[in-house]
Amino acid sequence: MDEGLKSELQKAGIFTTTLNDLYNWGRGNSLWPLQFGLACCAIEMIATSMSRYDLARFGAEVFRPSPRQADLMIVSGTVTKKMAPQVVRLFKQMPSPKYVIAMGACAISGGPFKQGYNVLKGIDRYMPVDVHIPGCPPRPEALLHAIMTLQRKIAQDTLHQNRRKEEEVERIAALPVPEHGSHDLLPPKHDVLWHPEPVQRS
Amino acid sequence: MTDCSQNLIDAREVVQALERAFPSAHIAWEENLSPSAQHAIVLDSEHALECAQWLKEVSPWEWDFLSNVTGVDWTDEALALQAKARIKADPSVDPESLPKEGYLEAVYHLYSIKNILGPLILRLRTANRENDVSLPSLTPVWRSAEFQEREIFDLFGIVFEGHPDMRRIMMWDDYEGHPMRKDFVDVDDYEYEPTPHDAVLKRCQERFVDPANGR
Amino acid sequence: MMTESAASLGPSFEAVASSTSPSMQGAERMEVSMGPHHPSTHGVFRMDVELEGETVVKLKPVFGYLHRNHEKIGEGTSYLGSMPYTDRLDYFNSMTNNWAYALSVETLAGIEVPERAEYIRVITAELSRLQNHVCLIGFLVQDMGALGTPLMYAFRERERILDLFESLTGARMMCNYMRFGGCRCDVSPAWLHQAQQVVEAFPKFLDEFEALLSENEVLVSRSQGVGALSQSLAIDAGITGPMLRATGVNLDLRKAQPYGIYDRFEFRIPLGDHGDVFDRYMIRILEMHESVNILRQAIRDIPKGDFINPKAKLRGFKPPVGEAYGRIEAPKGELGFYLISDGSPKPYRFRVRPPSFINLTILEDMCLGQTIADAVIILGSVDIVLGEVDR
Repeated sequence: MDEGLKSELQKAGIFTTTLNDLYNWGRGNSLWPLQFGLACCAIEMIATSMSRYDLARFGAEVFRPSPRQADLMIVSGTVTKKMAPQVVRLFKQMPSPKYVIAMGACAISGGPFKQGYNVLKGIDRYMPVDVHIPGCPPRPEALLHAIMTLQRKIAQDTLHQNRRKEEEVERIAALPVPEHGSHDLLPPKHDVLWHPEPVQRS
Repeated sequence: MTDCSQNLIDAREVVQALERAFPSAHIAWEENLSPSAQHAIVLDSEHALECAQWLKEVSPWEWDFLSNVTGVDWTDEALALQAKARIKADPSVDPESLPKEGYLEAVYHLYSIKNILGPLILRLRTANRENDVSLPSLTPVWRSAEFQEREIFDLFGIVFEGHPDMRRIMMWDDYEGHPMRKDFVDVDDYEYEPTPHDAVLKRCQERFVDPANGR
Repeated sequence: MMTESAASLGPSFEAVASSTSPSMQGAERMEVSMGPHHPSTHGVFRMDVELEGETVVKLKPVFGYLHRNHEKIGEGTSYLGSMPYTDRLDYFNSMTNNWAYALSVETLAGIEVPERAEYIRVITAELSRLQNHVCLIGFLVQDMGALGTPLMYAFRERERILDLFESLTGARMMCNYMRFGGCRCDVSPAWLHQAQQVVEAFPKFLDEFEALLSENEVLVSRSQGVGALSQSLAIDAGITGPMLRATGVNLDLRKAQPYGIYDRFEFRIPLGDHGDVFDRYMIRILEMHESVNILRQAIRDIPKGDFINPKAKLRGFKPPVGEAYGRIEAPKGELGFYLISDGSPKPYRFRVRPPSFINLTILEDMCLGQTIADAVIILGSVDIVLGEVDR
């Protein structure tokens, strides 16, 4: 629609939009995070929801303890191999459309604890991550920026794309929850999700 | 001003009192080479439990508070380094009296709340690092050892006999291996390091198999 | 403690309570796994609870969900390189963690700390204690049902203290501020002035906080008599910190075995009578008042001088062969570091003595016979931080 016509109509009190934009606006401005804090980043996440940084103005104040009622999972903190099956199970229990923010260096790649024998080197080995926030811990403003980035990403979703994405969603949902093996998780990663460049041997 | 050695008592007095109370036990005083002067008492496994009970209930110092239980994995090389340092500090030390074969060790830090004393350091050593790895549990004497001894079992492999609940605490139950040991090799998880260097690069160059060409 | 209005609402509270008392016949046993993902377990902590009706008959804590291998990483990192890792142990109080580690290394290597550095350490540690206790009370009261509001007040004050930390060290939470022989950088007079303003404003906030909470009927009835702990069991189980003082044992390392310059300050140690949740709550409130006293004295008396021992070697630091165990009174209890050095730049053994982990030894004892709702607030009153419990 012509922008000039749009603004003329707005002055008359008539707002026009597409169903797609309305749908995305509604979803993006009412993200309900899963109350899921693992470690130190969780404290910054809580600080973001407190009065100084105030996540409530983004509509994301309602932290739901149950994954069935949440649509955003903020993985904040180190995911250990002992905890990883639970994290993946929670992700699978969330209904679509769902988003994942990997908050902090530990969730992105293992962070400072990368050498640990019990540390999972990044949650994107098992789940598709939408926004990565670097930092140790990232400031509350960084988390707010991540929410805004996610809102922009959601704004680009189309209803049609969401339907096509359903197949990908089903494919990811079919991936098994990792199990505790004798030395490591089985499988150590999901190849359909995580395939970085192999290191050069020479 | 920074003084953790306040209220330290002379561990040799405790050793003498223990030797009088348990004449058949092998009790040794071990010097701490650092300026901290926190010297230790080495107990033998057979008498450790009764010595511990005596220290808590009968001894004049009343060691009622167990602050910390640590596991240590002493390899042959580490013991050799220690021996070298001891001989350097005191050339009169007999090299034959110093331990050479590696062992696992449990170190207990005791305090007396009643008399404001401490730390008193007890050391229990296993026979070797491979198959004879059991020690008596001091949980019946001081309850605070309960979780800490479980952790030492999980991460070092020392089996504490007499512990009420000897099972893994940090790692999952099906886990095999004892990660804090010096010879622990972690699973190959580093192949995809974006900027490998030093030990990581060396390891993945040795062990990484490129799935494209199978080498 | 029941007010008149409550008693007049119908059958008396006591009568209703006894008809649903734990000794009801025929209640089935149910096994519940609380956690690791649970809104009230303060992190990834799991408790396998066996219930008879609503009463806890068995409780086994399960650890390791945040086992991040600090000790193994510490063996592969230089002494100074481990300092940022200590921030992440008890991630609420990075200053006290840093101090405990620096103290242990200084004991190991015999490094002296100048006076001004000691004062700076006391100021930062007590500020850390203030924000830890106030947040803990916020979380504890949230577990009791006050969803969010006291926590908002607590975090508002915490942000002021974090502002101070940020202007001093550059980071809000992971300060990495202490060094072997002192601190990383000096405090400016402007910072001290700002700290003084925060400290002067704190008692008024505490009064406001207490007015909302300490005489609140719900808090008092839910916490008095719940989770009582006896002195002998507490000492035997190695409990330290406010949990131990709530039982009446007078052990505060700042007074019993003073480290640094704590023997120069005048402050009292609050002690409890019953060792229940209410005592632990009140002790933390009173400790905050005492911390404010210490801070006032420290800010007033801080001398000029070096902020770090000029002879302290940081890069290429190799302590002598030997070992040392150093401990401080962290806000959660006795935090100790046991280091074994073999003369090389990396420690041979790097052990953290975690107060929260050891304070959980008697979690089952405190929760037996209580309802499951009480088990939640007992856990909250123990004051655990999983980074420290699992290391």
